[in-house]
Amino acid sequence: MATLDHYLLLSAVLFTIGTAGVFLRRNLITILLAIEIMLNAVNLTFIAYGRFLGAVDGQIIVFFVMTVAAAEAAVGLAIVIAMFRHRGSLNPEAFRTLKG
Amino acid sequence: MIPAVVAQILLLLFVFFMLLNSASVMVYAERKIAALIQQRYGPYLVGPHGLMQPLADIIKLLFKEELRPLAADRFLFMLAPVISATAAFAAFSVVPFGADTTLFGLLEEPLPLVVADVNVAILVVFAITSMGVYGIVLAGWSSNSKYSLLGALRSSAQMISYELSYGLALGGVLVVAGSLSLREIVDAQAGTWLGVIPRWGVVTQPIGFLIFMTAGIAETNRAPFDFPEAEQELVAGYHTEYSSMSFAMFFLAEYVNMVTVSAVATDLFLGGWHGPFLPESFGWIWFLVKMSALLFFYIWVRWTLPRYRYDQLMMFGWKFLLPLAVVNLLVTAAGVLSFVG
Amino acid sequence: MSGELALFYLFGGAAVVASLLVIGQRNPIYSVLLLIASFGALAGLYVLLDAPFMAVTQIIVYAGAIMVLFLFVVMLLNVPAEAPIDHVELHEPQGARWLGGVLAVALLVELGWALWRVVGVDDGRPVADAGQLASVLEIGRVLFQEYAFAFEVTSILIIVAMVGAVLLTRRDSGAGS
Repeated sequence: MATLDHYLLLSAVLFTIGTAGVFLRRNLITILLAIEIMLNAVNLTFIAYGRFLGAVDGQIIVFFVMTVAAAEAAVGLAIVIAMFRHRGSLNPEAFRTLKG
Repeated sequence: MIPAVVAQILLLLFVFFMLLNSASVMVYAERKIAALIQQRYGPYLVGPHGLMQPLADIIKLLFKEELRPLAADRFLFMLAPVISATAAFAAFSVVPFGADTTLFGLLEEPLPLVVADVNVAILVVFAITSMGVYGIVLAGWSSNSKYSLLGALRSSAQMISYELSYGLALGGVLVVAGSLSLREIVDAQAGTWLGVIPRWGVVTQPIGFLIFMTAGIAETNRAPFDFPEAEQELVAGYHTEYSSMSFAMFFLAEYVNMVTVSAVATDLFLGGWHGPFLPESFGWIWFLVKMSALLFFYIWVRWTLPRYRYDQLMMFGWKFLLPLAVVNLLVTAAGVLSFVG
Repeated sequence: MSGELALFYLFGGAAVVASLLVIGQRNPIYSVLLLIASFGALAGLYVLLDAPFMAVTQIIVYAGAIMVLFLFVVMLLNVPAEAPIDHVELHEPQGARWLGGVLAVALLVELGWALWRVVGVDDGRPVADAGQLASVLEIGRVLFQEYAFAFEVTSILIIVAMVGAVLLTRRDSGAGS
C-alpha cells in the first residue's frame, strides 16, 4: 500500500528536478518545461493530501493550478517568441545587456 | 463455464481484431460507395464483386519498399504512425457496443460489452483523441520536408480547433443524461415517448448531433475538411514521405478514428444498442446497423461535397461552430434546469 | 509487494526518469515528448489516488493542449539542439554547475525532511470510502458553490492570457522586428 510519505517524497524529487532544470539549462523553452515539472509536482502533492485527508478540495485546487499553468505557458511562450525575434537566440546569456 | 478474466481478455482480442477488420471493410466500402455516387462500378475484378480488393491492397502495401528521407529524424519518423494508430485503437476501448450478455449461458455472470468500463468514459475518448494530434505533428516534423511540415501544422491546428466544438457538443448530451459514463448515457436513451418517438439523443439534442458529426469529420481529417491532404496543394500533406506499412498505419488510424467517432455518436445520440423488435442481448446488431449508417454518411459526405479552403475551414470552426456549440449548451442547461431540475 | 505499490513505483519511476531526461538531454523536441510521457505517468498516479477526473483532465489540458503549444513553438522557431557544455562561452565561474547540483541535492534533502515531519495524517493510510469523494458530481458541486469566485476570476485570467499572447507575438506592420 503506497502511503502518503511515498507520494510526498516523489513530489519532492520531481520538484527538485524542476528547480535544477530552471537553474542549469541554457535554453528558454527548456526552462519553461522545467517550470511545468515543478507545477506538476505541486499538483501531485495536492491530490495526495486530498486523498489522504478525505477532502475533494485537493482536486479543485489542482484544477485551478492547471488553468493558471495553461495561461502562464501561453504568455511565457509568447514572450519567448518575441524575445527570439529580437535577438535571434534562445540562450538566456544573450539577454544580458541590462546587467551591471 | 468461462471465468470472467478469460472472458474479458477474449473480448479485448475480439474488439481489436474487429477494429482491424473494420478498417479493411471501410476501404472496400469507400471505393464501392464512391463508385456508386460517381455512377461507375468500382472494384469488381478481384474476387466476387471485388470483395478481395482490400486483401490485394494490403498485400501490395506489405511488399512495398520502406523508404525514409535521409535527413529525417529516425526515431520520430518511426514513432509518428505508431502514435496515430495507438491513439485510434485506444480510444475505442471505453466505447460500449452492447448490453450485458452472458453469451447464451457460457459465462457465470453478465459481461458488459465494453473493453474498459470507466465512469468517465466520454472524457477518456476525448483525451485519447487529442493525443492523436501528436502522430500528425511528429510525422510532419520528422519528415524534414516543407510539404510535410506545412500539412502537419495545418492539420493539427485544424484538429485542436475543432476539438472545442466537439467537447461542447458532448457537454449538451452530458447535461441531459447526467452522467459521464457511456453505458449510463445509453441506458438513459431506452424507451420511447408516446410509444413512438424514441428517447434518443438526436431528438433531445438535434443541433448537438449536427455539431458533433461536423466536428468529428474535421477531427478525423476527412473531406470536406481534409485540406491538409489536398493533392493539388500539398502533395500529400503530412504523410508525403511515408510508404508501405507506415503509410498503411496512418490510413488504419484514420479509418479506426472514423469508426470510433461513429461509435461514440451512436452511443450518445442514436440510442446505442436499443431498438425495437430484438431482445436486449442482440442489441449489438442494432449498434452495428446505426454505426454503419453513420459511416455511410461519412463516405457519402466525402464524395459529395467540395473541399474547404484552409482559412474558410478555420473561420468556420471558430466563428460559427464554436459559438453555436456554446449557445446549444446554454439553451440545453437552461432547459434542463427549468423543466426537470 | 501489493499491486498498488508496484504500480506506484512503475508510474513514479517513469515520471522521475522522464523528468530527468527532460532537463538532461539536448534536443528540445525530445524534451517536449519526454515531458508528455511524464504527464502520462502522473495521470496514472492520479488514477491510483482515486482521482480519475483529474487524471483525464491532466491528459486533456496538459498533455493534449499545453504541450501541443510548446511543440508548435519549438517547431516554428526551429530551436537548435543546445550546444554541449564545453563549446559554450561560460560567463560563470568554474564549478558553477557542480555547485548547482549540490544545492539541488540539498534542496531535496530539506524538502524530504520537512515533509517527513508533518503529523496528523493518521499514519498515512488512505481514508476509506474515497470513491464517493472522487465523483464528478462532488467536484462540480464544490467547484461551483464554494469556489465560484475563483472560477470566474480564472475565466478572466484566461481571456487576459489569450489577448496578451496574441498582442505579444504580433509583428508591427511596417517597422522591422
